[in-house]
Amino acid sequence: MPVEIPKDKWTGKTWEITLGATVAEGGTRTRTITIGGDTTMPFMHFETPTPHAPVIAIEIKDRKPEDWSPLLGEAWGDAMKDPATWAKAAESAGADLLVLWLTLDDTTDDAVKSVKGVLNATGLPLVVFGPGQVEKDNELLVAVSEATKGEKLVLGICEDKNYRTIVATAMANGHLVSARTPMDVNLAKQLHILISDMGMTHDRILMDPTTGALGYGIEYGYSVMERLRLAALQGDAMTQSPMIVTPGFETWKTKESKVGTGVPEAWGDWKERAINWETLTATALLESGASIVVLRHPESVKRVRIAITELMTA
Amino acid sequence: MALSGIQIYKLLPQTNCKECGFPTCLAFAMKLAAKQVELSGCPYVSEESKVQLAESSAPPVRLVTLKGVGTEVKVGNEVCLFRHEKTFYNKTGIFVRMKSSQADIAAAVAKVEAYKVVYVGMEFTLDGYAIEADDPAKFADAVKAVRSATKRPLILISKDPGVLSTGVAVLSGETPLLVGADATNWEGMANLAAQTKAALAISADSLDGLTDLSEKIKAKGVEDIVLDPGGKNLSESLARSTQIRRLALKNFRPLGFPIITFPCKAGDSVRESLLATQSVAKYAGFVVLDKFSPELLYGLLVLRENIYTDPQKPIQVTPGLYEINAPKTDSPVLVTTNFSITYFSVANEVESSGLPARLLVVDADGMSVLTAWAAGKFDAERIAKAVKGFDVESKITKKRIVIPGHVAVLSGELEEELPGWEIRVGPREAVDLPTFMKQVLN
Ligand code: B12
Ligand code: SF4
Repeated sequence: MPVEIPKDKWTGKTWEITLGATVAEGGTRTRTITIGGDTTMPFMHFETPTPHAPVIAIEIKDRKPEDWSPLLGEAWGDAMKDPATWAKAAESAGADLLVLWLTLDDTTDDAVKSVKGVLNATGLPLVVFGPGQVEKDNELLVAVSEATKGEKLVLGICEDKNYRTIVATAMANGHLVSARTPMDVNLAKQLHILISDMGMTHDRILMDPTTGALGYGIEYGYSVMERLRLAALQGDAMTQSPMIVTPGFETWKTKESKVGTGVPEAWGDWKERAINWETLTATALLESGASIVVLRHPESVKRVRIAITELMTA
Repeated sequence: MALSGIQIYKLLPQTNCKECGFPTCLAFAMKLAAKQVELSGCPYVSEESKVQLAESSAPPVRLVTLKGVGTEVKVGNEVCLFRHEKTFYNKTGIFVRMKSSQADIAAAVAKVEAYKVVYVGMEFTLDGYAIEADDPAKFADAVKAVRSATKRPLILISKDPGVLSTGVAVLSGETPLLVGADATNWEGMANLAAQTKAALAISADSLDGLTDLSEKIKAKGVEDIVLDPGGKNLSESLARSTQIRRLALKNFRPLGFPIITFPCKAGDSVRESLLATQSVAKYAGFVVLDKFSPELLYGLLVLRENIYTDPQKPIQVTPGLYEINAPKTDSPVLVTTNFSITYFSVANEVESSGLPARLLVVDADGMSVLTAWAAGKFDAERIAKAVKGFDVESKITKKRIVIPGHVAVLSGELEEELPGWEIRVGPREAVDLPTFMKQVLN
């Protein structure tokens, strides 16, 4: 007796979102990226094929970060001193797109120069995040947004306490935004409503549900992502944005990744452990519905790429 | 899956004799479906109905227990597809593979036995060993060698029931898992498993094949079945594992068993780590790794702990007074909650700063600072109780505590609760603690 394969039939679909614009589309990117359009739980190709593979972003900063793990310093070397050089290195390391974090010390001129430098150095789509302080974020992101009109960058991070200015400038200049809420389905919906109420179309909003590293709260992020995807498939339009998560940022601040000496021997080889920490976190988040994983180490990029390629083989 | 009240009603005598204490058989059936009464309340149920009702109340994924020498690993008994729906109950058993051709196998096992790693105050080890009969002649000796070095449950791998039986013979009184049954050898394997009361894993390249095998093997008297979904890549493995879990939850009995995966066969250590990760997150009861690699294991064991944590009950640390960087009697006392993530974000910052301090971990029902505060579980009274309960005063000379910036509002009440103590409000985020400790607290 043949077994009837149980297939879920959903009515909802996540938004198909394109990042980056080519010259023909009003930008300067040599390639664009499309994510989303999912009508199943992650990688359930036997129900309907997954239309777009999840993508890998590499995180770079516009000034050499002083507090990053030495392992990352070793991997990127002098490229970290200049965002354009770093961007090129990240492209060679296999990034599909880049996430550039601006820093508190930047002036608007610095920020624009960094962003322009990165855009000139690579043809990849770009996400630009402010340093995370309300006034500074708004000041820098508005300048960047205006100087890159039409590129379809993603600007962020929009949070409930600060989203209006970023959304307004993104709308005025043809960019997208990324909206972050702290591991909660209702808060994610609320922020999406606030942003779309300003007139931003659904296909220009990425959802960042916040994630924790392996061992530091991954289970909350993991389950919230599964719940958000289920809600999206059930037809809740406010949860249908593709998800971007930052396992690189989260894992490289953990002691497991940051510290090589004075830790238990049972933790094993430092570098291999740190890369596993990032890779395992990212892989688990792909399985729970991430469309963009933002990573830091080039070796993790290679490994997560293998995971994505295999998971996308129908 | 449980039967509905109506389905149960059809199995009852339908005489409405009222002896069960309910006016009708249907009323009793409804109570039974809601698990508010026992079937024994009705003296007239037929034997046949009893069997059917017992089967229907069995868990959707059978609980399979492997036994070693005074040790056991239990997997199965799962009831949901997504952990937030309830929880995942029995943690994936993680096994390391040895080969019978291997030299000094006992030493290799001893090395793994010595392994333990601590996470959030919990000690993790591996669950057992899989022994593959790549050299059949040495199999029994290999099993003996492994058994001499460990008491943990074992998995025995061979496609030849004759070879496997030489290994099982060494393990009297135990319940190992036999791996290697497929469409070609199932009968001999099933006979061996039935005779020795071992659990048996079956593999086939489709769910049809697995279903067919599962039914045949069950008919031979094997109860503890484990399913190897195979799959040539992560995608196929994920699809099959998901389908198996879905079918099991729909009460499709032939696939209502735990799953085993073999990252050890992935070919290289990267693919192995990826399949192992997926298996822990997505439904595997057993995972067999190629070799002992602490740098992968630590992450996997932590992932397993996180995924199998009850979403309703966050991982907690034991409340108490924790010393960091060998504090002196005048080092600061920092107050936080017993939510493990909160504790570790604070402890890690202080630890990596090198500054000595005491961390007073208050019992806040395992919630973060603000969550606990909003829920009334982290207030002046609880903090004061912890200060007294853990006898902080006897360990310090300076009666001063620092509370998290997010709960600055508590400082007034706390001064009343703790007369004679200086209450300081710290920064909101733990990252800013080292600077605060250096600059603000002399
Ligand atoms: C996850 C979460 C939950 C989880 C619980 C997780 C848990 N085990 O605690 C769940 C979903 C169960 C939950 C429930 C609720 N939550 Co809640 N939750 C959150 C969320 C999203 C994250 C909390 C978290 O884990 N933070 C991470 C930890 C590490 O942070 P932390 O403990 O504060 O620690 C940091 C600092 O405080 C500092 N720190 C810690 N200790 C110390 C010590 C010293 C000395 C110093 C200096 C610093 C310091 O260091 C840490 C890192 O920087 C927050 C929103 C947010 N962004 O904070 C809301 C939040 C805390 N929740 C909130 C509320 C209201 C609730 C509920 C009451 C909601 C409800 N109506 O049911 C319930 C209460 C629980 C209950 N009744 O059982 C509110 C609190 C609002 C307020 N200001 O009062 C928040 C802020 C959300 C919001 N914006 O409304 N919540
Ligand atoms: S005792 Fe049994 S037969 Fe009698 S009413 Fe109750 S359920 Fe029906």
